[in-house]
Amino acid sequence: MLDIFLDFYPLLFRGLGVTLLITLISCTSGTILGIFLSLGKIYGNKLVSRTVTAFIAIIRGTPLLVQLFIIYYGLPAYGIRFAPITAAVISFIINSGAYQAEYLRGSIQSVSSGQLKAALSLGMTKWMGIIHVVLPQALRRVIPAWTNEFIYMIKYSSLAYVIGAKELMTEGKLIASRNFQFFNVYMVVALIYLVVIIIFVHLFNKFEKKVAIPGFDFER
Amino acid sequence: MPTKHLLKIEDLHHSFGEDEVLKGISLALNKGETKVIVGPSGTGKSTILNNIIRLVPPVSGKIYLEDVEITSTKKINQIRQQIGFVFQDFGLFNHLTAKGNVMIGLTKVKKMDKKEAEKIAMEELERVGIGGFADSYPSQLSGGQKQRVGIARALAMKPKLILFDEPTSSLDPELTGEVLTVMRNLAQEGMTMLIVTHEMGFARTVADELIFMEGGHIIEQGPPEKLFKNPEHKRTREFLFKLTDLYGEGEE
Amino acid sequence: MIENIDLIQSALPFLLRGTVVTIQLTFWSLLLGVVVGLPLAFAQVYGNKVVTFFTAIYERIARSIPLLVILLLINYALPMLGFRIPVFRAAVLGIGLRSSAYQSQIYRGAIQSVSGSQLKAAMSLGMNKLTAFTHIIAPQAIRIAIPPVTNESAIVLKDTSLAFTIGVVELVRQGDYFIATSNEPMVIYLTVAAIYFVLTTTINLALSLFEKKYKIPGIGIEGGHSDAY
Repeated sequence: MLDIFLDFYPLLFRGLGVTLLITLISCTSGTILGIFLSLGKIYGNKLVSRTVTAFIAIIRGTPLLVQLFIIYYGLPAYGIRFAPITAAVISFIINSGAYQAEYLRGSIQSVSSGQLKAALSLGMTKWMGIIHVVLPQALRRVIPAWTNEFIYMIKYSSLAYVIGAKELMTEGKLIASRNFQFFNVYMVVALIYLVVIIIFVHLFNKFEKKVAIPGFDFER
Repeated sequence: MPTKHLLKIEDLHHSFGEDEVLKGISLALNKGETKVIVGPSGTGKSTILNNIIRLVPPVSGKIYLEDVEITSTKKINQIRQQIGFVFQDFGLFNHLTAKGNVMIGLTKVKKMDKKEAEKIAMEELERVGIGGFADSYPSQLSGGQKQRVGIARALAMKPKLILFDEPTSSLDPELTGEVLTVMRNLAQEGMTMLIVTHEMGFARTVADELIFMEGGHIIEQGPPEKLFKNPEHKRTREFLFKLTDLYGEGEE
Repeated sequence: MIENIDLIQSALPFLLRGTVVTIQLTFWSLLLGVVVGLPLAFAQVYGNKVVTFFTAIYERIARSIPLLVILLLINYALPMLGFRIPVFRAAVLGIGLRSSAYQSQIYRGAIQSVSGSQLKAAMSLGMNKLTAFTHIIAPQAIRIAIPPVTNESAIVLKDTSLAFTIGVVELVRQGDYFIATSNEPMVIYLTVAAIYFVLTTTINLALSLFEKKYKIPGIGIEGGHSDAY
């Protein structure tokens, strides 16, 4: 296994780079999508709120793999064609956005209504209050869920392999099939994921301690 | 001799569902006056304050700030900038320091320059005696300190008057004094204030006029000494005597 | 529109056959998850330092490696070690072992959240540890564990779709087969998605029925678990 790692580490690290990039883009864009979805669900009118609720339920109720297939194999019939990596990122953003919307909804609703009332009393509009008072608190509370989501996404981004987007898993498969070394190569890939995730868990724990604000204890 | 009222309320009605909590309230406040509303719980005292800045829009009646009719104005946010509000539960923004809480209205609503806002925030925090806690978060402050931040936040907006909604009700008894002292100083400085409270000693010594409410009506209003010593209504006497018996006359 | 409905109608028998396999995969994987996860949880709560250390390592590994990698590893590793097992069982093994790590966390949390003073109170009445566990701890712990377990079931159900990559002919692969002949990927995948949606919704519905029936005021039954990594 060591020899495989030594022979192929440039390819594997390139794949790992793509994996982390996909994860980062999907999670951060997912946050932005999640913010809009959760605000739509809580503060939108009935039509918006119901549409968003249904959208979130559907995305959360179906496998990411199927969502990926719909975007990569289904859309071309309607003239919409994406490169594998683009299709992967799009489906991850949508998927992550729906999950993050639910985390955010929970944390927005845990910010007491008195906070918005106090913002209004200073002359803020409802949306100013949401942006300057409610969201900053909600986003802070959602940090543990977000870092969880990031860890999940590192793992689930391996699904990009099924459509051939060249991330870590795909690079592994290419090396494996070229050299008929399936078990050893996949073992190396597994170890890389393991190490990377342990590192991120550690980093996130440190990060969460650092950004802690008195009165915003994360429960874990 | 017509006085120009700063705040005037005419025939204010409000109900929650079937329950009519305000049954025609009229009162007026001149510049520099401090009026205190007292009365049993659930008689709609806080609702009046919430009606004024439409955190809870009134069902009917008219409210004027100087000569602007504010119950129907579309620019309620501008009105709210001119009327400070101090909450029973403080309403401090938990993600901001004491200073941040005082600054946010200035920077985000009044679009003030950050440096200038910070200067004002520090001045107001000093004014209520907690300049040393400018960088503390709400969860690190005692109830009395929190409420003083709440007052500083209202003051920083340079309001024409401040509404106090039971400002000491959430506080431990030993912490009410520091908040009442701040309010007493404000009254002496000539700030216009409308206060809902159960602190009878404070009401008696600070109010220019005492308003006794019960069952959605104003039963009696007038100088505190008169209401305490020589009220016209039996209910006023019963209520004030009972409270004075319970809590004593002084506040310290 | 009409032709789509015809298409779905002709695809349904195949898709439903795949659905049955998907449900079987889910059931056996969850069962394996319980069988391995429960002892792991007990080991973590009541075991000595050595035992907790090794269970923690097992969980860390099972939770850190993507399921896809686990499945491929099992698929290639077992034959190398001389075991030839059908892909269905390989899939159950992979999905189930991974789920055991998540389930063990759920059970551990549930047990720990009712231990402590409850155990003391039970023993003060003269109960021994076993009686206390079966009559005091377990009834509360189960109520606490059910919502996250339901959630985990939905996750496992969705993740069985990955078994497709090692050749299990479950719902997604049945869909693929049908697409190969009909060449209508969008319609078929949407139908597949709809079937999954019905299944996950059913699971969630079962949870809310359970909650209504067995809810005890004050014992927190809340949907969704935050997966503290």
